[in-house]
Amino acid sequence: MPINYYIFLSVALFCIGIVGVLTRRNAIIVFMCIELMLNAVNLLLVAFSKMHHMKALAADVATTAGTDGQLFVFFIMVVAAAEVSVGLAIIVMMYRNIHSVDINFLNRLKH
Amino acid sequence: MGVTQILFWFLSVVAIFSALMVVTAKNPVYSVLWLIATFFAISGHYILLNAQFLAIVNIIVYAGAIMVLFLFVIMLLNLNKETEPQKNRWLKVAGAVAGGCLLLVLVAALKDADIKSQTALVNTGNIGLIKNLGKELFTTYVVPFEISSILFLSAMVGAVVIGKKE
Repeated sequence: MPINYYIFLSVALFCIGIVGVLTRRNAIIVFMCIELMLNAVNLLLVAFSKMHHMKALAADVATTAGTDGQLFVFFIMVVAAAEVSVGLAIIVMMYRNIHSVDINFLNRLKH
Repeated sequence: MGVTQILFWFLSVVAIFSALMVVTAKNPVYSVLWLIATFFAISGHYILLNAQFLAIVNIIVYAGAIMVLFLFVIMLLNLNKETEPQKNRWLKVAGAVAGGCLLLVLVAALKDADIKSQTALVNTGNIGLIKNLGKELFTTYVVPFEISSILFLSAMVGAVVIGKKE
């Protein structure tokens, strides 16, 4: 597939995530939209890794060029999993203190 | 139009439609379920790109673990359509316009980029298989791999410390 199809698909998913962050007030859904943006980036990294691999394949048949792109995706998933566990703990604590997940209650970082 | 193209367009439409439903669904539980559908579509794209290890990890880690955690928290806090906080209409319109402007700018900037002839290799290529990725991960990237285990440990301790009642 031409690489620009993947670029436009990832850009569309990323922008949908940004619209979600800007338009929703539920902290959990804002968090989910951030996950969506991370996944858009992951998809683009895999597509670029395959593009790089295809270019290297012309010179050398047994090349492993492009593996690093996919390993970056793996590390992004690792960091996202750690981030989600801490972030959801923060949201649960916030709900325990103010009995709401509305991010507008926290817009002055006090209470 | 081959079967690869048909699958690409089908998965893209599914991914974008379910991503839109994540943002527009009123009930948070439906948002989570649509996000799982998005992740499955993205995993389908990974399989199409022959990145099978990442496709499986995406399903297991994202759809299996992270999304279940989200669903668990939403059900624990008993969130539903009635308790869902709503922004006022003008802020929603402003957010949608701002996101649309970003989309417009990115598409306009990338439209004329000199990448028209580049293609991503689909269906073939064995760099996405677990053998090659594992070899690379445990030789070149072994230090980041071990550091990420420390990151997980600190995230676990942090989640417990934040979550416990003082």
